[in-house]
Amino acid sequence: MTGELNPRFSFETLVVGAGNRLAVTAARTVAESPGTAYNPLFIYGPTGLGKTHLLMAIGQRAGELASQLSVEYVTLDEFVEAYHAAVAAGQSDALRSRFDRVDVMLVDDVQFLTHRREMQAELLRLVGQLQSAGKQIVLTSDCPPSEIENLDERLLSRFDGGLVVDIGAPDLETRIAILNRRSEEREATFAEGVLEAVAGIEVLNVRELLGLLNRLVAYQAVSEKPLTPWGVKELLEGEEQAAAPLEAAQPEQPPDEFADFLSDVEHTVTEQVEAWRTRLEETIKRWASEGYSTARLEVLLEEEAPVAVEGILRQFERDVERLRGSQVAMARLDKERSREAVFFDPDRVEEADELVQTTLEEVGPPPSPSAVWTFDSFVPGQANEVAISGARGALERPGSRYNPLVLVGPTGVGKSHLLHAVGHELAAAPDAVVACLSAQQLLDELVAAIDGDKVDRWRVRYRRVTAFLLDDAHILAGKERTQEEVFHLFNDLFTSARQLVFAMPQPPKEVEGLDDRLKSRLESGLVASISGPDRDLRREIIEVRLTEQFGAADAELADYLAARPADSVRAVLGLIQRVASAAESQEAKPSAAIARDLIEGVVPVRKRTSTDVRTSGVLASPVTGVRSHEKVVWSWPDPVERVIEELG
Amino acid sequence: MSLVNFTTREITCKIVYYGPGRSGKTTNLQYIYGRVPDKRRGRMVSLATQTDRTLFFDFLPLELGSISGFTTRFQLYTVPGQVYYNATRKLVLQGADGVVFVADSQARQLDENIESMQNLQANLIEQGVDARAVPFVLQYNKQDLPSDLILSPDELNEALNFWDVPSFSAAALEGTGVFETLKAASEQVLRKLSQAEPA
Repeated sequence: MTGELNPRFSFETLVVGAGNRLAVTAARTVAESPGTAYNPLFIYGPTGLGKTHLLMAIGQRAGELASQLSVEYVTLDEFVEAYHAAVAAGQSDALRSRFDRVDVMLVDDVQFLTHRREMQAELLRLVGQLQSAGKQIVLTSDCPPSEIENLDERLLSRFDGGLVVDIGAPDLETRIAILNRRSEEREATFAEGVLEAVAGIEVLNVRELLGLLNRLVAYQAVSEKPLTPWGVKELLEGEEQAAAPLEAAQPEQPPDEFADFLSDVEHTVTEQVEAWRTRLEETIKRWASEGYSTARLEVLLEEEAPVAVEGILRQFERDVERLRGSQVAMARLDKERSREAVFFDPDRVEEADELVQTTLEEVGPPPSPSAVWTFDSFVPGQANEVAISGARGALERPGSRYNPLVLVGPTGVGKSHLLHAVGHELAAAPDAVVACLSAQQLLDELVAAIDGDKVDRWRVRYRRVTAFLLDDAHILAGKERTQEEVFHLFNDLFTSARQLVFAMPQPPKEVEGLDDRLKSRLESGLVASISGPDRDLRREIIEVRLTEQFGAADAELADYLAARPADSVRAVLGLIQRVASAAESQEAKPSAAIARDLIEGVVPVRKRTSTDVRTSGVLASPVTGVRSHEKVVWSWPDPVERVIEELG
Repeated sequence: MSLVNFTTREITCKIVYYGPGRSGKTTNLQYIYGRVPDKRRGRMVSLATQTDRTLFFDFLPLELGSISGFTTRFQLYTVPGQVYYNATRKLVLQGADGVVFVADSQARQLDENIESMQNLQANLIEQGVDARAVPFVLQYNKQDLPSDLILSPDELNEALNFWDVPSFSAAALEGTGVFETLKAASEQVLRKLSQAEPA
């Protein structure tokens, strides 16, 4: 009972023109998302314009996109017939439930509902049922719903509730396109102008048009000479005239060829003769809309004779580009000032450049990380491995991975070292401006800036940095103004994805006197703690330091020193330093023995070896004073004179 | 010749219809004349012999009015087709901004077409004009004649359209193709203007 979908009637084979564009668009939408957009979709238009084609195209596209969809195509006659048959067989419920399961229901030729009250009621039930189940229904008719005689008001309102679109007769271009498409399908070729001539013949619908094409194909098959456009007119119109004398209607509307010609000329003149003016106006409009001054170009519009605008426009655009560059540079220094008029006036390019330059000079570079503290000299261990991996992570993707990175740990465990090491690495990137300083320094700078009324400049200095590293951030506690500044700086840098690193002894949330808004921001990144060095790390550090200083590390000494308790790296380094100087004073290599002596405090008092020498009774300590007996001057020439000389 | 006067804001285009005798040049102009509203057209000057052949030339001035602020005038000329009026042809051709070559599609007129085309080239060269640089279109007239008498546009293209310029099939008596030809010629002429924009 259900009509088969003709595979030739697809969207691909449908020629779209002004007459059917709306209907085709709606149909595509419906086919691609059935039941959601226009439901029901009601397409109407005179016969032979492609309604059935469109209906079947919907069915096919819907089926292609979702093969599980059940698509039914029926003409109203088929629907009526099936209904009658089902009623006669007492199976009307079965038929209803079958239609109710359909996902896309396509009903052709519903204009035949006229006067069929019982079928209207049935269709109304079906439409209601499908609609409420979110299923798609598409109907076609040769007239709008309101013109279907005696149509149930409820059906009418259902149809109006969806989308009602019409299909109009194809225009000339569409007719040509249809003929081209069809003759290609038939592999028929015609001389140039033939199809245009056919399309020029007034026909009521596409079917008639295709009829004409059929006649041509047949004629060409039997004729020896190829058809010419003139031949076509004669052939087809002669028959038309014989069949139906439409001729009288034609001369009534001769096309106004002159007006057509005139508008063509007008178009060309605007486009070509004053192309420069059009181009100029377009450019002015474009840049003016972006806020740039176009005075330089506007002057040209007053010219009467054509101006070679291309070069001028290119120069203007180059200037705008330059301005943009300066503006970006300025924005980095001072957002506020980057909005000044000078950055929007291509006639003041130099001025804009200079402004950026002077601002840059005024501001001066921010404090940079110390070159002494590098990653290479930072000794890794268990105590600092989280911090190191955090630092490496931040370096891999600065500004996005761990931002901010907060290094937390007691004093002397290497926070500053790591902070500066990170700063150092970040500064290696091209165009990097890295600020690395202690909170105390920041505070002092701010105080000085407030004092000298140069807070703006001071801000600019930091706003332009690509990374900001602040050591001893806990110093900010209680310094409201500095916190305020750091807070804004933080936001500014964070939103533009610049890396922020802080170092402080406790986790931010435990620092008293630190603003909650700063605390929460600092806690939002990675808070990595560094604890006091364990024995292994201490040994490692000692070894590295001994090797650095003496070329090789004495294993016994390293073991001994590592075994000494130390709660910070700084303490360990201090210890090494003490042993080193003790060893130096004894002119020996640092050894475990020296260390032991030094640390455990048993310095054996040497017995005086000689009693022959008279001394002042003051004995210089071998550790602090005279280092070698050979260097002591035992006999002074003219000691008196010399003393006077020294005193004088 | 100053085609566009930017000071007085005037555009003047001179388009010459060239072609062998009896190819339909005057018919083209007459058809145009018939379609132009009275106030737009000047008097068509036609100096014809008693047998209706153009003796001297036809001249049809068209006032297109103000277009984008330019007072625009088109001057359409035809040349006498007959071989022995070459002096007149040269005169008319002088200062032409564009040329429409009206060819007679009849197969037996092919030689005349070719001869006239060669004559056109020769005259242009003589005036120091590079024929390839002049806005130029071809019209294959009389395509409404029985197909066994005429050559198809393809064949005519083959024989006459050396430079692959736009060509149009026409039946000037009924007006088919007349305005298409004129439009194409004017467009080319006007386009040329913008290229000639002073530096």
